Amino acid sequence: MKESSQGPRTASQPETRKHWLYRSENLPKLWVIQIVILVLAVLPEFFLHHHPHFEESGFVLDGTFGFYAWYGFLSCAGMVTLAKILGIFLKRKDTYYDE
Amino acid sequence: MTSELAFPPGLIMVLGAILIPFLKGRSRLLLLLGLPVLTLAAVWGLPADASLKVAFLDYMIEPVRSTAEGRLFATIFAIMAFAGGLYAHRQASATELTAAFVYAGSAIGVTFAGDLLTLFVFWEIMAFASMLVIWSAGTPGARHAGYRYLLIHLLGGVILMVGIVAHVIESGSLAFTAMQPDSFGNWLILIGFLVNAGAPPLSAWIADAYPEASPSGTVFLSAFTTKTAVFALLVGFPGAGILVPIGLYMVFYGIIYALLENDMRRILAYSIVNQVGFMVTAIGIGTEIALNGAAAHAFAHIIYKALLLMSAGSVLLMTGKRKCTDLGGLFQSMPVTAINGIIGALAISAFPFTSGFVTKSLETQAAANEGMLLVWLLLLAASAGVFLHAGIKFPWFVFFQKDSGLRPPDPPASLRYAMWLFSFLCIAIGLYPYPLYAILPYPVDYQPYTVEHLVTQFQILLFAGFAFFVMLKQMRRTLTISLDFDWFYRKFLKEISNEFTLRTSAAREQREEQVWSAVQRLIDNLYKHHGPQGMLARNWPTGSMVIWVAVLLGLSLTLYYI
Repeated sequence: MKESSQGPRTASQPETRKHWLYRSENLPKLWVIQIVILVLAVLPEFFLHHHPHFEESGFVLDGTFGFYAWYGFLSCAGMVTLAKILGIFLKRKDTYYDE
Repeated sequence: MTSELAFPPGLIMVLGAILIPFLKGRSRLLLLLGLPVLTLAAVWGLPADASLKVAFLDYMIEPVRSTAEGRLFATIFAIMAFAGGLYAHRQASATELTAAFVYAGSAIGVTFAGDLLTLFVFWEIMAFASMLVIWSAGTPGARHAGYRYLLIHLLGGVILMVGIVAHVIESGSLAFTAMQPDSFGNWLILIGFLVNAGAPPLSAWIADAYPEASPSGTVFLSAFTTKTAVFALLVGFPGAGILVPIGLYMVFYGIIYALLENDMRRILAYSIVNQVGFMVTAIGIGTEIALNGAAAHAFAHIIYKALLLMSAGSVLLMTGKRKCTDLGGLFQSMPVTAINGIIGALAISAFPFTSGFVTKSLETQAAANEGMLLVWLLLLAASAGVFLHAGIKFPWFVFFQKDSGLRPPDPPASLRYAMWLFSFLCIAIGLYPYPLYAILPYPVDYQPYTVEHLVTQFQILLFAGFAFFVMLKQMRRTLTISLDFDWFYRKFLKEISNEFTLRTSAAREQREEQVWSAVQRLIDNLYKHHGPQGMLARNWPTGSMVIWVAVLLGLSLTLYYI
C-alpha cells in the first residue's frame, strides 16, 4: 500500500542511500504488490455466498459479485471529486483569517 | 436503593486536580495516574442502581445516578485521563494539567447526572475548563481560538439552560430521562446537546479550536466534549428521527473537509465530526443494537482518536511543524510514532482485528436491520471515506509521501508508553470485544467475526485505499484552509462590525462637532452680552442714573396727578 508517486525532494541524495520506499526503481514493484493484495481481497468472492441485507425490499445488489470492492472504490472516487469541486469555492490561503 | 454515601465519582478528579500545581515530578505523575484509577474504582464500586437525591428549592436533584450508559462513558473518560496524564505530564504546564483534569472530572460528572440541573452545571464547568486547556498553549492563535470556542459553548449553554427551564415548566420535572423533540423546551435541549456534538451549522468550532491547543491539550480535548454530547443524546433523545439526517451530514462534512485540509491535527479534528456523525445517526435509529453501537463506537473512538492525536502531537512536539506540506518521510526516524499512528489509523478505519471493526459495524448492522437502505448505503460509503481521509491520508502525508528531509527522533519515553497503551487497547478490543460488549447498555447478540464480514470489510477498505493512490495527484496538499460556517463570525460579522465602527465613528464625530459648536455659540452669546464689552456688563454712568430717577419721579408724579 505504501508507494511514492511524488518525486522525493531529496533528489540530490544518491539512490542507494535513500530508503527503499523512495527509490524510483521500486515504484512499479509497489504498484504490483498493491494489485496483488486487491486481487487477493476479491478472490474469496468465488467461494462465498453473500447474504443481501435488504432482500425483502427487492434490493439485492449487495449480494452480487464484488459489490463491496467497486462500491468502496467508486464512493471514494466520488468523495475525492466532490471535495475537489467544493475546494474550488471553499479553499482560501491559510493566512486568510490572520490579522 | 438510595445510598446516603454515594459520592459523585466525577468530583474525585475535579477536586484532586487542585493539588496538581503543588506537586512536582514523580509525585505529580503519581497523582495524574492515581486520580483516574481512584475514579474508576469509584465508578465500579457504586451499586448498579446507586442514587443520591437532594431536595433543592421545590425540586429534587440527583447528583449521582448510576446507569449502564453512564458507567460506560465514565470508564472510558477515566481511562482517557490516565493515558492523557501520562502523555502530558512531561511537557504540559500545570495550568493545562489542572484544567484537563477538571475537564475530565466534570465530563464524568455529566455521565452520572440524574437531573438536568446537575448536568448543566458540569456541562458549563467543562466549557470553561476546556477553554483553559486551549489557552494554556500560550500562543496568540490559541488565545483567539479559545475566545471563539468559549463563545460557541456559552451560546450552546444558554440555549440548553433556556430549554431546561422551559422543559421544567412544561413537564414539572427536572429528571434527565429519555425525551422526544416534541416541545419548545425539548427542542432547545436537543439543540444545546447538538452544539457540543459538533452538529451543523456550528461544526466549525472543533477544527478551529482543537488544533490550536498544545500537543497534549488536543488529545484531552478530542475525548470529552463531543463524547459527553453523544452520551447526553444517547440518554436524552434515543430514536429521535431528526438525528439520522443530522448525523449523516456530519459524517460527510467531516470527510470532505478533512480531504481538503492541510494541517495534520485539523484533519483529525474534522474526523471527530465524522465519527460523532456515525454515533448521532445510530442514536437517531434508536434500536437497542444501534444504541449499543453508538456507545461502543464512542468508547473505541476515544481511544483511537486520542492515539492518532498523540502520534500527531509527537510529530508537532519533535518537529514544530503541523502542515502536511512541511512533513513527510518521518517513518525513518520516528518509527514508534509512525507505528502507533498507523494502528490508530487502522482502528478508526474499522480494519478487521481493531476496535473500530467490532464497534462501528453494530451501527451499520442496525441500519440494515431497520431496512434503512439509503442510510446503510451512505454509512457504507462513509466507512470507505473514513479510511480515505483519516486512515490513509494522515499517516501517508505525515510519515511517508515525499521525504521532507526531517529526521527528528521519537518523543520521550512517557509519551511513547501512552501511545503503546492505547495501541494495545485498540487491538485488544478488536481481538476480544466481549468485555466491552458486556458493559454496553443492552444485551449484545452480535458476532463481528464472520467470514462474510471480514471479506466485505477488507474489500471495501482495500479498494478505498486503491482509490486514494489512484487519485493521489488530485489530493496534492496546498497551503490552504477551507471556508466554513465560522466565516460568518470570523469574517462577515467582523467586516460588518468594522464597517459599522467606521460609519458610526464618522456619525459620532459629526454629532460631537454639532454639540461643540452649539456650546461654543452659547459661550459666544454670553460673552457678547456679559463680557467686558457686553451690554449687560457695563458700568452704569451716574448721568444715566439721574435721568432714570428723574424719569421715574416724573412718572409717579403723573400717576398721582391722574
